[in-house]
Amino acid sequence: MIELTINGTRHRLDGDPAEPLLYILRNELGLHAAKFGCGLGQCGSCTVLVDGKAVQSCITPLAALAGRAVTTVEGLGTAAAPGVVQQAFIDEQAAQCGYCIPGMIARAEALLRADSRPTEASMRSAMRPSLCRCGTHMRILRAVRRAAMAMGGGIVDPTEPAS
Amino acid sequence: MALAVAAALLVFTVWAREPAIAAIERPDPARFDRRQVASGAALARIGNCASCHTVSGGRVYAGGTPIRTPFGTIHGSNITPDPETGIGTWSYEAFARSMREGVGRDGSHLYPAFPYDRLRHTGEADLRALYAFLMTRDAVRAEPPANTLVPPLGWRPVLAGWKLLALPRRAPQAPQPQLGKLWERGRYLGEGLAHCGSCHSPRGILQQELRDRAYAGGWSDGWYAPPLDATSPAVRAWTTQRLYAYFRTGLSTAHAAAAGPMGPVTHNLARTPGGDVRALAAYYAWTMRDAPAARAEPALPDRAALAARRHPAGAALFRGACAACHEPGAAMMAAGRPDLRLGSPLHEDNPRDTVQIILQGLEPPVEPNGPYMPGYADTLTDAQIAAITAYMRARWGSGPDWGDIEQAVADARDGSSK
Repeated sequence: MIELTINGTRHRLDGDPAEPLLYILRNELGLHAAKFGCGLGQCGSCTVLVDGKAVQSCITPLAALAGRAVTTVEGLGTAAAPGVVQQAFIDEQAAQCGYCIPGMIARAEALLRADSRPTEASMRSAMRPSLCRCGTHMRILRAVRRAAMAMGGGIVDPTEPAS
Repeated sequence: MALAVAAALLVFTVWAREPAIAAIERPDPARFDRRQVASGAALARIGNCASCHTVSGGRVYAGGTPIRTPFGTIHGSNITPDPETGIGTWSYEAFARSMREGVGRDGSHLYPAFPYDRLRHTGEADLRALYAFLMTRDAVRAEPPANTLVPPLGWRPVLAGWKLLALPRRAPQAPQPQLGKLWERGRYLGEGLAHCGSCHSPRGILQQELRDRAYAGGWSDGWYAPPLDATSPAVRAWTTQRLYAYFRTGLSTAHAAAAGPMGPVTHNLARTPGGDVRALAAYYAWTMRDAPAARAEPALPDRAALAARRHPAGAALFRGACAACHEPGAAMMAAGRPDLRLGSPLHEDNPRDTVQIILQGLEPPVEPNGPYMPGYADTLTDAQIAAITAYMRARWGSGPDWGDIEQAVADARDGSSK
């Protein structure tokens, strides 16, 4: 039996301790934001927040989560009232097919919670583990810059001006 | 008494002083011979100069890299030809003195984190090529951050005392014609400019390399640099061919991927003319010629059931966090990545490298499509990483159980050595 918090709600789960968080989120709790991409921690589409840090849920077993707080993109806002990072991604139209976007949003959220004034280099390095096969990385980076501004910070040395 | 101390200090300061070498105008880059510059570029890669003289994400050779030592943090200097913050006013004589004696152009002693104890073996022609290469780089104006060292080490004259006590004499290397030209070239580069022993040898209380235990294993940036001598823990022989492939690709299919500070080393060696890399490979295959695996490669057991019984929590975590790539038969292995049984870290006498790889993951060392592993620093707690590590050691490792692995995880997170 493992107790953890997901999007603010306490859960007691007694499945296989080796079961990755991603499958629990999607198959048992109906939280479909985090996506299955590679299942090997190579692409980042399953990224969620654990205790505020970006973590790939496909390689995070239930046994690792006792007492910890998980936040998925569902926990950051709603379609009617998107969170700051979500709104920035909408404003920049950063999604093409959208499959990687929840992971990108979770990763940006973790970065900006820790530091709303990162350098361009540290922003890129924080976003690097998440891959977008459509090639919208430049729009995604713009969305992160916009979100940083909206959070009262900004990228210290942006390679392009905020739109 | 106070007078005697003051007098002794004065005598010491005078004794420790080295003369400044006159500043010059930055030499015109067009005056350097192109072939000499190209040769210097290759030598700079062999010397891995960029690792300590480039800050992550910063301009190459512009310095600022924090280097943690047991005595505090020092920062790699700017070695671009910027006249004010770099070495733009250094003559060749000033450059050569810094490489041989560890003295800056202005006469100040340099900290031995700059491995002049080994760089000093570099020959005149190679030093001139390195100088030509550095003086033809873009000048970058960048002042490295101030060092934070425990007193009195911020006072550079004490380094003259360090040199007296700890700096080995520059002895010519006796020719060994029976071992061949390739071996001699490998020894020249490996013992000198490539300064492999700086990480792979243990150090004494003055942080000097213990030359009588050269290559018995050392520490680098919080990673353990395994032995390159007869005590190499590898379970497959490091032959010249395997070392060459490892240096050129960052991956030995019979061992593991280059991780931690070794990643940039292979990144550079992959971009160096093959002859010198083969020479280094031949030399280090020779230094490890008496290692157990060089004599007979052992069978590699998989004690899965036993390890799961002894470390059930580690087994469950491994199954959920690691098995998708690392369980025998997993897709990643079919893509040619080495089996965990082969990886030297699980056969080393301490858990640090295993723990570091779990914490930090692996960046592709040479090419972007090389091996990549995500880090688990934010995913797993110290206790969880310790449980996985104990499980893997019991399942595939050799040697006794490691001691306090959880402490090793805390130390690795802290970046300390040992």
